[in-house]
Amino acid sequence: MTATTVDAAGPDARAAQRTVSTATWKAAVGLGVVLVLYALLLLLAPHEGSARFALSTSTDFVVLSTIVVPAMATAWVCGAVGLLVLGYAVVRTRAGRRVPTWAIAVFAVALLVGFLAWAAAGSPRDLSVVGLLGGAVGLSVPLVYGALGGVVGERAGVVNIAIEGQLLAGAFVAAIVGSITNSPWAGLVAAVVASALVALVLGAFTITYKVNQVIVGVVLNVLVIGLTSFFYSELLVPNAETLNSTTRFERLPIPLLESIPVIGPVLFNQTIVVYLMYIAVPAVWYALFRTRWGLQVRAVGEHPKAADTVGIDVVKARYRAVLIGGAVVGLGGAFYTVVSINQFGREMTAGAGFIALAAVIFGKWDPLRAALAGLLFGFATNLQNVLSVVGSPVPSQFMLMLPYLVTLLAVAGLVGRSRAPAASGTPYTKE
Amino acid sequence: MSGETPRPDGAEPDGPALGGTTPGPETPEPGAPDLTAPDLTKADVDPDSPLGEAIGSVDAVAEPGLAEELEQEVAREAAPAVEESGDRWRDALRRATSGGWAVALGAIVLAVVAGSILIVVTDENVLASAPYFFARPADTFAAIGQAVGGAYSALFQGAVYNFGADSFAQGIRPLTQTLTNATPLIAAGLGVALAFRAGLFNIGGQGQMLMAATAAGWIGFGVTGLPFPWHLLLCLVAGIAAGALWAGIAGLLKARTGAHEVIVTIMLNYVAFYLLSYFLATPGLMQAPGSANPKTPPMQDSAVLPPLLGSSYNLHWGFVLSLLAVVGVWWLLNRSSAGFAFRAVGENPKAARVAGIDVSRTTVLVMLVAGGLVGLAGTQQVLGSVTTGFSVDIDAGIGFDAITVALLGGSSPWGVLGAGILFGGFKAGGSAMQAAQGIPIEIVLVVQSLIVLFIAAPPLVRAIFRLPQPERTPRRRETRRDRRRAASTGTTEGGRA
Repeated sequence: MTATTVDAAGPDARAAQRTVSTATWKAAVGLGVVLVLYALLLLLAPHEGSARFALSTSTDFVVLSTIVVPAMATAWVCGAVGLLVLGYAVVRTRAGRRVPTWAIAVFAVALLVGFLAWAAAGSPRDLSVVGLLGGAVGLSVPLVYGALGGVVGERAGVVNIAIEGQLLAGAFVAAIVGSITNSPWAGLVAAVVASALVALVLGAFTITYKVNQVIVGVVLNVLVIGLTSFFYSELLVPNAETLNSTTRFERLPIPLLESIPVIGPVLFNQTIVVYLMYIAVPAVWYALFRTRWGLQVRAVGEHPKAADTVGIDVVKARYRAVLIGGAVVGLGGAFYTVVSINQFGREMTAGAGFIALAAVIFGKWDPLRAALAGLLFGFATNLQNVLSVVGSPVPSQFMLMLPYLVTLLAVAGLVGRSRAPAASGTPYTKE
Repeated sequence: MSGETPRPDGAEPDGPALGGTTPGPETPEPGAPDLTAPDLTKADVDPDSPLGEAIGSVDAVAEPGLAEELEQEVAREAAPAVEESGDRWRDALRRATSGGWAVALGAIVLAVVAGSILIVVTDENVLASAPYFFARPADTFAAIGQAVGGAYSALFQGAVYNFGADSFAQGIRPLTQTLTNATPLIAAGLGVALAFRAGLFNIGGQGQMLMAATAAGWIGFGVTGLPFPWHLLLCLVAGIAAGALWAGIAGLLKARTGAHEVIVTIMLNYVAFYLLSYFLATPGLMQAPGSANPKTPPMQDSAVLPPLLGSSYNLHWGFVLSLLAVVGVWWLLNRSSAGFAFRAVGENPKAARVAGIDVSRTTVLVMLVAGGLVGLAGTQQVLGSVTTGFSVDIDAGIGFDAITVALLGGSSPWGVLGAGILFGGFKAGGSAMQAAQGIPIEIVLVVQSLIVLFIAAPPLVRAIFRLPQPERTPRRRETRRDRRRAASTGTTEGGRA
């Protein structure tokens, strides 16, 4: 399938040089590849029966009836919708215009519904839509916080590969402090401090000592993994009762909002850390693009020399951004040990920091898009969990692979060349 | 740089090729002209000569490699002038204490001290004697000495030579284990380093190793009837090709669609992991017959890398392959036109394109070669180290360790060789330390990462140890001005007075 992409993208790249048109065939080709794969799946592994979608649980305020649909018919109808969108994309591209985002969104939702219908077909169990979406929000929390922190750092010109280390440090310290004090709030604050400390080291080496940022990031990850695993074996395992059993945050349903069908239980029956995330995403966006501080951050990230010339202290601005970014990542780290489960485990972040890094780039260094990318990853992970409950015919390994394959296709086909802040990765030397 | 060749955020052109921006990690080889030599000689270039002008026009920060090459050129021309300069001993001492070796030594000392602190604060005897420290401080110090001494002695005996062994053959076993551990680290480190040199951040070592292990392993146990060297050869080729292809996907996507190689390689890691998990969990594919474990059958004898020092040691011919790979990569980078294109793209893709280098093609080629090298590591794992059948953790974290190895080695082939052996030793010694002293092996990670971190920041190490800071810029300016003045008054003496 890679070959298809290449053949189509090659001549087009040359065409783009001749004309001023900004439209490329990448989006259309990407949609086409996905649609072909989808059709192949349906043709090669037809799956008769009916799919049951549960829109609410019996304890919800508004109980909706379970929707039962014929699986294959639904899947093909969804495929047809996808084909329509593909046709629209081709028409748009031939006219030299971009494929709008809403079209891609419609395409994605249609194929997803079709896929779910196909996967859940014939299962006696209901596929819980609320469980699918609500779990996705929960799983995406560390990814979204990690991505937000990464965006802030990179906008100021400091590449943060150490998101993984910051999440892990946050989780570790939150576990210890949360256990000692018996208060999840103390754990949350401690996680923020710990993660900011890792960020401080990152800043000291990259900003003050001008060491290559990628090196420091990679090495800090190893350092934090080493330190936390060492102390985990030496301190937490022997003293599991006193040092490694936290009190978790309780779910905090928001009155009224919580009783909205589907959306209510998904979004408004979560823990305080999730609500903080709802606030943090727009807050970071507002801070970066609508405040004087954000302008300074973006200035030192794009053109530090110019920023210096107009009187911005580049070093100070970068330190501040890196520390704030680290603190935000720390909130995500706390999620592991005071929200998700009540104890720390060796390397428990399991690469989430790298996924968050991918979300930063996927989201093109924009807080809102990066958060959406984080949500997407969380959703894909949870999709697998839910389908394994329903009993999907696909081997679980391929379901687990799906989010990463989709990201690959999306990055290659839809996002394309992403441009980092111009000075991201380069230390600033004042002349 | 906007538009077609985006600055890869993970791997900016002048970045991870450590030797470029940070003088520290590129430790000069003994006997080679050391770091400050170009400094002395640079002053002797006539600023009006074409070569001098060229140096002046090269932005040392943006294109360190080019500037360095030019400086070396000058150094060769002006070598006799240096000989004439006075008080060479003082110069030599200053160079020795501000040069790369002193920094590397200082970094290792700092990291070892930090490791000792970790050992001390978690040691039971030290903690037991600490409460009465002011009454009997000697107890605490004795306990500290015992804990630290025992740990590092175990580390050394586990990595280099076991003094408790009966014979030399027994005693040297840890060293062979170190080299066995180093074998895949060197190969994979080379793959990451090569990508670094071309400005690409290959974070996908895990996936490339897993795919290589899949291909080599499958042929290794699945194909029957092939005689010894050919079966092994086929496995090696298949493994290297699989690694190359897996990384090649990232290169191709980067070159054709601009997809960021950091995302693509991370994603490919997961895809490879689950693909291999599927193969291993499915009877009839790679799962050993009659077993429910996700594990392959053992490799056939005709596909196994033979032991290098006889069957009593683990060291296998894979180590020789790694050494060959080091030489090969050195030749590729420093003596071949393809390697020149790699470095040129790494230093400055825009300039490379202007110079007529096909950046897209080079990107794909770099990733293919890098993936092949990482693939070699995966192949060595299944055909050399773990021949009794492997599971999905066959990469053993080497894909990520390779990044640290490449960084410590300054992305140069010989540096990677040294760093790989060092890390192999840490791995071997760490397990011995865990077995003998009960110190978790993760302390090795801490020490390793601190070494890389400190080596990457020479000014910090120099400040801690009060080593002289090399003063490059001011002196150069001054001497140049002097020369210009000298030229204007008509004096034409060579060398520094």
